[in-house]
Amino acid sequence: MWDYTDKVLDHFRNPRNVGVIEAADGVGQVGSLACGDALKLMFKLDARKERIAEIKFQTFGCASAIASSSALTEMVKGMTLAQAAQVTNKDIADYLGGLPEQKMHCSVLGREALEAAIANYSTGKTDKKILEGKVICTCFGVTEEEIERVTRENKLISVDQVTNYCKAGGGCGNCRKDIEKIVERVRVQREASTASAAKPRRLTTLQKIQLIQATMDREIRPMLKKDGGDVELIDVLDNRVIISFRGMCAHCQSAEVTMKDVVQAKLREFVGEDLQVEEDKA
Amino acid sequence: MKNIYLDNNATSQVAPEVTEAMLPFFKDLWGNPSSMHYFGGQVRKYIETAREQVAALIGADPSEIVFTGCGTESDNMAIRGAAEAMGRDMQIVTTKVEHLAVLGPCRLLKEHGFDLVELGVDPSGQLNLPDLRKTLSGRPSIVSIMWANNETGVVFPIDEIAALTSNAGAILHTDAVQAAGKIPINVRKTPLNMLSIAGHKLHAPKGIGALYVRKGTRLATFMVGGHQENGRRGGTENVPYIVGLGRACELAAAHMNREMTTVAALRDRLENGLLASCPDTMVNGDRSHRLPNTSNISFQYIEGEAILYHLSDIGVAASSGSACTSGSLEPSHVIRAMGVPFTAAHGSIRFSLSRYNTMDDVDYVVAHMPEIVKRLRALSPFVK
Repeated sequence: MWDYTDKVLDHFRNPRNVGVIEAADGVGQVGSLACGDALKLMFKLDARKERIAEIKFQTFGCASAIASSSALTEMVKGMTLAQAAQVTNKDIADYLGGLPEQKMHCSVLGREALEAAIANYSTGKTDKKILEGKVICTCFGVTEEEIERVTRENKLISVDQVTNYCKAGGGCGNCRKDIEKIVERVRVQREASTASAAKPRRLTTLQKIQLIQATMDREIRPMLKKDGGDVELIDVLDNRVIISFRGMCAHCQSAEVTMKDVVQAKLREFVGEDLQVEEDKA
Repeated sequence: MKNIYLDNNATSQVAPEVTEAMLPFFKDLWGNPSSMHYFGGQVRKYIETAREQVAALIGADPSEIVFTGCGTESDNMAIRGAAEAMGRDMQIVTTKVEHLAVLGPCRLLKEHGFDLVELGVDPSGQLNLPDLRKTLSGRPSIVSIMWANNETGVVFPIDEIAALTSNAGAILHTDAVQAAGKIPINVRKTPLNMLSIAGHKLHAPKGIGALYVRKGTRLATFMVGGHQENGRRGGTENVPYIVGLGRACELAAAHMNREMTTVAALRDRLENGLLASCPDTMVNGDRSHRLPNTSNISFQYIEGEAILYHLSDIGVAASSGSACTSGSLEPSHVIRAMGVPFTAAHGSIRFSLSRYNTMDDVDYVVAHMPEIVKRLRALSPFVK
């Protein structure tokens, strides 16, 4: 069984605000039967058209999808639309005392339905889901913008996490490389905005080699090992880093890409911008 | 609270007779069967008795039984061991509805350069035998096809499959983890090469399995470094569990005829009761070729995990092929391979019974299920 909090189980067993509102001011529907969870959210504003007076939902999904929907309705009841628009998936998860990592997409579904309902009220559009920008994950219909957003709002650092939060990459897996690039881009932006990157101090040759080895052990090898591969440091000649792939990477056709996008990118980030990574051809 | 266990295809209660048979091997008879003294040596004969008991359940010669750590190990030993012994000229042939313990090794071999064919199934979960015949005609093959499916209970026509493979000169392994102890198996009549058994599916504990290896089957040693099991599986024997598996097989053989009717009657009462009391439900899998204990039912428009939690709240344990419970984001590969529509795939529930279930158990579920289904459908945006 999942490690659900008591609050999740309470909202699952006794969901609040279930049902339909006739003549609702805003209606948002996200997800689908194919995806395994779907949420329809409806709200009615007060007489002055300012605050959410009534809100109801219908959910097809697992215990945490039902609990997330129920929690969301309790949270935003009485809020102005501007306040409601600020609610993030993390707020929903926090309200429930947390969700298992693999279930975070349930909270994202809630936030998306709320946004769709607000958009429906302000624009009158009833599109079930407005796909803005490029669709990255075709299995679950997730766009680049959505992936960027969950990555940014939840400070995600891996493709698996993105899958847990918005399902992208959880079907055929063909888009995992693309997701990896988005995660990397957001991470770089995040780090650039937090710490005005301290100038790297000058390293001795020994320090440089040690740092390269440490970076490989900490940042690179665990990632490759997840796919059954590995990499070994062979030599360091000035700014040239000679490596050799092991395991699945050794006969992987995209090893070249891995070398540039993963190994070189990580080493440049953690050790020095001028490093060139080469595969040992001996 | 009630405690109704209907998840026996996941794991089963250890039979009290099995526990009792095992206890002496934790207390007094803890010697190493390989030792050159009376203390260890006296243990050996119990292993050989267990080997006879396992062999008797499936009509094998005791020398053809290798004890392993679990069903997954048996499957790996058979598939990878045959591939290593036979080489890459062989193609690997399996089905899309196998347990991951079979699909895993097959797909690993594909990564290692073997050609792999995964045969599909029809909406009832049955194989198309002409497809298999055609696949076998091309190349020498190592075939791994399950006897009975763990999720739907669908039983494959293994006699016909074995006739095809033996005519084609192929090696046939079958994962009989769900079938063994539930329906008759006789390897003297079915010309297959290897067959996997897992103890905990037939009322022995977890941590013990067996692989039947027909005499003359070429198989590379999987676990090297010990002379045990005739050199086929090194490692000091897990004596208490081997004894337990032997006793469990003996019990299964003794109970089988009766259980095939009594357990099937309970299963049918449950299944027909649920179909009658809950609208928009359907049975997944070929009902006329099925294990006597398994029923896989889809409750349309609602999701499996939510159903399981409500069942658990009233003391009923079952399992689901929904995405949320399969540990991935998509419904079970078995349900998908059968082409079950999404409206039903996410709401599939597997009930798997055993000799320990009663009519009261079944009637309790039939009585309470409509309320659970009604509650969840009241939440569902897909119910009009």
